[in-house]
Amino acid sequence: MSDWKLMARQLVRNPLSLMGIIIIVVFVIIAIFAPLIAPIPEGHRDPYMIPRDGYSAMPRPPSEEHIFGTTQGQYDIFYGVIWGTRSAFRVGLVVIGIVVAIGIVLGSLAGYFGGVIDEVIMRITDIFLAFPALILAMAIVAVLGPSLRSVMIALTVVSWPSYARLIRGDILQVREEDYIEASRGLGASSGRVIIRHALPNAIYPTLVMASLDIGAIVLSAAALSFLGLGAPEGYADWGQLTSFARNWVVGPPGDSLRYWYAVTIPGLFILFFVLGWNLLGDAFRDILDPRLARR
Amino acid sequence: MELRPYIIRRLLLLIPVLFGITLFIFAITMFFSPIERATLYVSSPRQMADLPAVIEQYGLDEPFFVQYGTWIGQVFSGNLGWSVVVGMSVWDAIWNFLPATLELAIFATPLIIFMGIFLGTTAAAHKDRPVDHGTRVMAIFGWSLPTFWLGLILLMVFYGYFRGLLPPSRLSIQMDMVVHSADFIRYTRINTIDAILNLNGAVLLDALRHIILPVITLSVTNVAFIMRLMRSSMLESLGKGYILTARAKGLAERVVVNKHARRNALIPVITVSGYLFAALANGVVITETIFTYKGIGWWAWQAAVNLDIASVLGFALFNSVLFVLVNLVVDILYTRVDPRVRLGGTVQ
Repeated sequence: MSDWKLMARQLVRNPLSLMGIIIIVVFVIIAIFAPLIAPIPEGHRDPYMIPRDGYSAMPRPPSEEHIFGTTQGQYDIFYGVIWGTRSAFRVGLVVIGIVVAIGIVLGSLAGYFGGVIDEVIMRITDIFLAFPALILAMAIVAVLGPSLRSVMIALTVVSWPSYARLIRGDILQVREEDYIEASRGLGASSGRVIIRHALPNAIYPTLVMASLDIGAIVLSAAALSFLGLGAPEGYADWGQLTSFARNWVVGPPGDSLRYWYAVTIPGLFILFFVLGWNLLGDAFRDILDPRLARR
Repeated sequence: MELRPYIIRRLLLLIPVLFGITLFIFAITMFFSPIERATLYVSSPRQMADLPAVIEQYGLDEPFFVQYGTWIGQVFSGNLGWSVVVGMSVWDAIWNFLPATLELAIFATPLIIFMGIFLGTTAAAHKDRPVDHGTRVMAIFGWSLPTFWLGLILLMVFYGYFRGLLPPSRLSIQMDMVVHSADFIRYTRINTIDAILNLNGAVLLDALRHIILPVITLSVTNVAFIMRLMRSSMLESLGKGYILTARAKGLAERVVVNKHARRNALIPVITVSGYLFAALANGVVITETIFTYKGIGWWAWQAAVNLDIASVLGFALFNSVLFVLVNLVVDILYTRVDPRVRLGGTVQ
C-alpha cells in the first residue's frame, strides 16, 4: 500500500497533475450540486431538459436572469453546461465501466487460456479495430437512431477491443509466474486462479489508465452530439450546446463577435473536463513508466 | 531476404479480417427492414423508384447467409448501393468527394509529421527545462481540445472578426465558376494542384485561403500526439551507448541530436502512421462538417444525419479496407527501415 501513498504524493507534488485533480474535483462538485447551482424551474418536468425562455432563434447575451446568456432556441446556457456536467459523467462512467468489464472478462480468458480461445477473441478484436473509431461509432449511431443511449452503445462497441488486448497482455505477463503455478498445483480452479491471483497482480495500472480515459470518451460523445447524432434537442449536453452555436459563429457586420458567449462557453467546459483527465493521465504515465521519468 | 513470404502471409491474413469486417457491416444492416435495406443494392435512379422489385431481385427475404453472399457479390462487382443524399451511386459519391478530402490530407499530413517531429525533438533535447515544460503543456492542451469547437473559434476569429479573411467551404462562388468553366481543365479535381497546372494564380490563392483553417483544425490534435511520441522516443534514443560515444568523440551537440539520436528515434513514429491515418479519417468528418468543406467526411455526415444507411455503411467499409491496407504497408515499410525487426517472428 505504501506504493499507492508514494504515487499519491508524486501526483500532488507535480503542479500539472495537481491542477488535473483540482479540475476534476470541481467538476464532481458541479455534478453533485447541479440542482443547487442551477435550480430546476418550478413546473419543469425533466431536469435534464434545458429550460427555454421563448422560441426565438437568435441567442441573447448574458444578463442577470441568464448569466451565460441563451443560445439558439433560447436555451439557457448556464443551466445547460451545469447539468451537462452530469450527462458527461454519466456517459463517461457508464461507457468506461462496461468497456473495462468486457475487457477484463475477454482479456483474461484470452490471456489465461491461450490457444483457440485466444485466437478467436483476438481475431474478433482485429475486426473491430479495423475501423477508424469515430466512423464506426457514427455508423452505429446512425443505424440505432440518434440518442444518448445509442452514443453510449456505439462508444462501447468501438472501445472494448483495445481494453481486452491490454488486459490480455497483462495476464500473459503473469501467467507463468511461480505463484500462479503454485496456486494451480494446490488444485485451484481456473476461475479462482484468474480472479484471486492473476488479475490482482496484473491489471491495476491498466485499470487506472482506463479510468482516466473518461476524458477521451466524453470528447468522442461530445463530437457525436455535435454532429447531431447524440442527445435529443434541448437535452443538457455540451456537444449539442456547441452545435447550436454553429449558425451564430459570425455576428452582424460591425459586431462580428456578438455571439461569443454561445460559441465559446460550452466548448470551454468540454476542454477543461477533458484537460483535467488528461493532465492526470499524463502524470500517471510517467509514474508507471519509470524508464522515462528517471532519465 | 524473406520479404516475399512475409508479404504473402500478411495478405492471406487479410482475408479473415475482410470477411469479418463485411460480415459485421452486413449484420448491422439486419436492423433494417428489407425495404430500407434495398438501397444497398440499387445502382440507378430507375431502380430506386421500384424498391419492391429490388427486394425480389436480390432475395432480401432469404436467410442471412444467402443474403450475405448476394451482397458480397455485389460489393465485389463494385456496387455499394445508392446514396440518397447526393442522388448518385455510393461508389460515384466516394470518387466524387474523395479529391477534396485528399487535398486536406496532402496539406495536413506533412504539417503534422514535421511539426510533431520538430517539437518532440526540441522538447527531448531540452528535457526538464522551460522549453520542455512549455511544449508538454501545449501538447496536453492540444490533445484535450474538442476539434469541432476549435473550428468554430477559428471561424469566429478569421472569418468573422477579420472580415472574411479565411472563409469556410472549398472555393468562393466566383472561383468555383472559374474552376467549372470550359478553359479550366480539372486534371485531379484537387483545386490547388489543378490551379498550378492551369497556371491560374487567383484560383490557387482562393483555394489556399479556404484550406488553411480546416488544415489547422485537422492537425492540432495529431501534432500533439506525434510530438509526445517523438519526445519519449528521443529520450530513449538519447540514453543509448552510441550517443555517449558520439559525444565522447567531440561531435557538436546539434549533430548528435539531429543525426545520431533523431534518426533512430523516428522508427516508432513510422509505426503509428496507421494510427495517423485513422485519426485523419475520423477528423475529416468533423472538420469538413464545420467548414462545409465538401469532401467524403461532409458527405458521410450528411448521410448519417439523414439516415442514408447505404452511404454510411459504404463509407465505413471503404475506410476500414483502406485502414487495413495502410497498416499492411506500414508493417512492410517498418521491416525495411529497421533491419533489426524480425520478419514474421523468425530469428535471423
